[in-house]
Amino acid sequence: MFEAILLTVITAATPLVIAALGELVTERAGVLNLGVEGMMIMGAVCAFAATQMTGSPYIGIVAGIVGGGLFSLLFGFLTLTLVANQVATGLALTILGLGISGQLGESFVGQPGIKLQPIVIPLLSDIPFFGRVLFAQDLTFYLSIALVIGINWFLFKSRRGLKLRAIGDNHGSAHALGINVIRTRYLAVLFGGACAGLAGAQLSLVYTPQWVENMSAGRGWIALALVVFASWRPWRVLAGGYLFGAVTIGQLHAQAFGIGIPSQVLSALPYVATIVVLIIISHNRRTTLINTPASLGKAFVPDR
Amino acid sequence: MKKLIIALAASAALLGGFSTGAQAQEKKKVCFIYVGSKTDGGWTQAHDRGRIELEKALGDKIETPFLESVPEGPDAERAIERMARSGCAIVYTTSFGFMDATVKVAAKFPDVKFEHATGFKAGPNLATYNSRFYEGRYIQGQIAAKMSKKGVAGYIASFPIPEVVMGINAFELGAKSVNPDFKLKVVWANTWFDPGKEADAAKALVDQGVDILTQHTDTTAPMQVAAERGIFAFGQASDMIAAGPKTQLTAIVDTWGAYYIKRTKALLDGSWKSEQIWDGLKDGILTMAPYTNMPDDVKAMAEETEAKIKSGELHPFTGPINKQDGSEWLKAGEKAEDGVLLGMNFYIQGVDDKLPK
Repeated sequence: MFEAILLTVITAATPLVIAALGELVTERAGVLNLGVEGMMIMGAVCAFAATQMTGSPYIGIVAGIVGGGLFSLLFGFLTLTLVANQVATGLALTILGLGISGQLGESFVGQPGIKLQPIVIPLLSDIPFFGRVLFAQDLTFYLSIALVIGINWFLFKSRRGLKLRAIGDNHGSAHALGINVIRTRYLAVLFGGACAGLAGAQLSLVYTPQWVENMSAGRGWIALALVVFASWRPWRVLAGGYLFGAVTIGQLHAQAFGIGIPSQVLSALPYVATIVVLIIISHNRRTTLINTPASLGKAFVPDR
Repeated sequence: MKKLIIALAASAALLGGFSTGAQAQEKKKVCFIYVGSKTDGGWTQAHDRGRIELEKALGDKIETPFLESVPEGPDAERAIERMARSGCAIVYTTSFGFMDATVKVAAKFPDVKFEHATGFKAGPNLATYNSRFYEGRYIQGQIAAKMSKKGVAGYIASFPIPEVVMGINAFELGAKSVNPDFKLKVVWANTWFDPGKEADAAKALVDQGVDILTQHTDTTAPMQVAAERGIFAFGQASDMIAAGPKTQLTAIVDTWGAYYIKRTKALLDGSWKSEQIWDGLKDGILTMAPYTNMPDDVKAMAEETEAKIKSGELHPFTGPINKQDGSEWLKAGEKAEDGVLLGMNFYIQGVDDKLPK
C-alpha cells in the first residue's frame, strides 16, 4: 500500500522536478522565462508524435527534448537578441505553445499511446521496500535525479557555473570581465527549454501515455513556483517537487479512504503547504537575497 | 513579394465576399459555442460530432460556424454576442457556465434563437436542453455490481454540482438493485480536465481496493490506469474503447446529433418553440456503447434494463430510497420529480463519501 503511494508520488513529482530544474538554470543566468507551460506542452506533443510514428518511446524522449529546446530558442531570440520584455514574451510563449501543440497533435487525439517501460536495475531493485521504488523506474526518473546532482555540481562546483551565476547576479560586471553574457544566456534558455520538453515527454509517455490538448494542465506554472519555493537551489527543487506530489496524492488517498474532510480543503492542501513553506523560507531575508539572482528578468544590452 | 501579398489579399477578400455574400442569403447559419477544444475526446467533441451530423443531414440548407475554447465568464458573453451579430439564426451554447451570458445576449437579440445545454434559465427565444445521463449511470451501476468481485467501485468525480451528484446516486442505486451491500468510493478531482490528476485519482482508488472504475471527468486517463491494473472501467461522454479494449464494459456516449437535427428542422419549418427539454435514452440523446468484456448474462441484464428505461417501465429514481443518513427520501413506488433531481445536493444510502458542500 505504502509502496503503491510512493510510486504514484514519484510519477506525479518527476515532471515538476525536471521542468523546475531547467527553469532554475535559466533563472540563475538572470533570464525569467514564464513560458515553461508552453515548452512543456510542445515537448509532450513532439514526444507523443515521434513515439507514434517510430514506435519507440526513447526516440519520443529525444523528440520531446528537441521540441522543447527549439521552442525555447524563439524566446531566446526575442528576449536576448531583440531585447523584448521577458515577462510578456514568456506569457506569449505559453499561449503560443498551447495553440501550436493543439494543432500539431490534432491527428493524434484518441490514439492509445506507447508507455515508456521501467528499467529494472538488477540486484539493487531486490533491496526490500526501497528497491522496487527507487530502482525499477523509467528513464525520466533516473534522469531527474541525475539532473539534480549534475546541476548542483555545475552551479556551485564548476568554473562555468560560477560564471553563469555571476551573469545572473550582475550582467554588467560579468560583461566587463569579458564573459559572453548573451551566449551563456542562450545556452541557459536552451537548457531550460530542453528540460521542460523532457518533462512534457514524461507526461505523454509515462504519466498518462496519450495526447490530449492542454494536457500539461498548469504543471508548468507549478514548476515555476517551485523554483522560487526552492530559493534557486537544486536539492530544494527535488524536496519541493516531492512534497507537492506527496500532498497531492495523499489528499486523493485520504478521500478514497473516506476521511471526512471536505475535498475542496484537501485539494487546496498542496498550495497551502507551498505558501507555508514559502513564508518560512522568506522569513530570513538575508538568505533569500543571497540566493535570488539579482539581474533576474532584467534586459541586457552590451554597451560596447 | 509585394505582388504575392496583394494577390493573397485579393483572393482572401474574394473568398470572404463569397461566403458572406451569395451563400449566406440561401443558407441559414446554425452556430455553436464550445467550452473546450473540439478534439478534447470528451464533452466538446461529443457536441462537435452532433454538429457534423447536423451538417451532413441538412448541409444543403444550413451552415454551422462554431467557436471553440470559449472560457466561461465575461468572454463568453462577447463571443455569443459576436455570433448573434454575425447573422446566426440560432446559437447553441454548450456548457453549463454559459447560462447567464446566454440569457443576457438572448434578451438583446429577440429575433435570434438560442439554446443552452444543461442550464435551467429559459426565455421567449431561449430554450434549454439536457440529457438524462443518470439513466446510463444506473445501467453502469448494475453491471458494476455483477462484475465486481469485491463489491466496491471507485467513482472519479469532478465538482459537487447536481449533475454529478445525480450520477453518483444513480450508479449506486443501480448497483444496489443487484447487490444491496454494494459500496461506492468517491474521489473528487476538482477538475473536469487534467489527465495527470485523473490518473492519480484512479490509482488512489485502485490502491484502496476498488475493482471497477467509473468517471465523471473528461479524459481517457482513468481508463488507461484501469487497463494497466487489469480492472474494468466505464467510459464517459465518448466511447473510450480504444483506450481500454479489454477494460471498457460500456460507456455513456453523448449523441447530440439527433437532437440538433430535430430542433434545426423545427427552426427551418417555423415550428421552433422555446422549451425546456430533458431527453433520455429513448430519444437517442445518449446511447450506451456496446456492452463488452462481460459474460452474456450480464449483457442480457444490461440490455433488459436499457429496454425498460426506454419504454418508461423503469425510472432509476423510484422509491423506496433513503438518504445517506438513513432518513426516508422516496416512499415505495414514488418517483423523483425532475426539479428535485436537477437540484440534487444529497447522497443516497450506501455512498461511502462525505458530500462536499
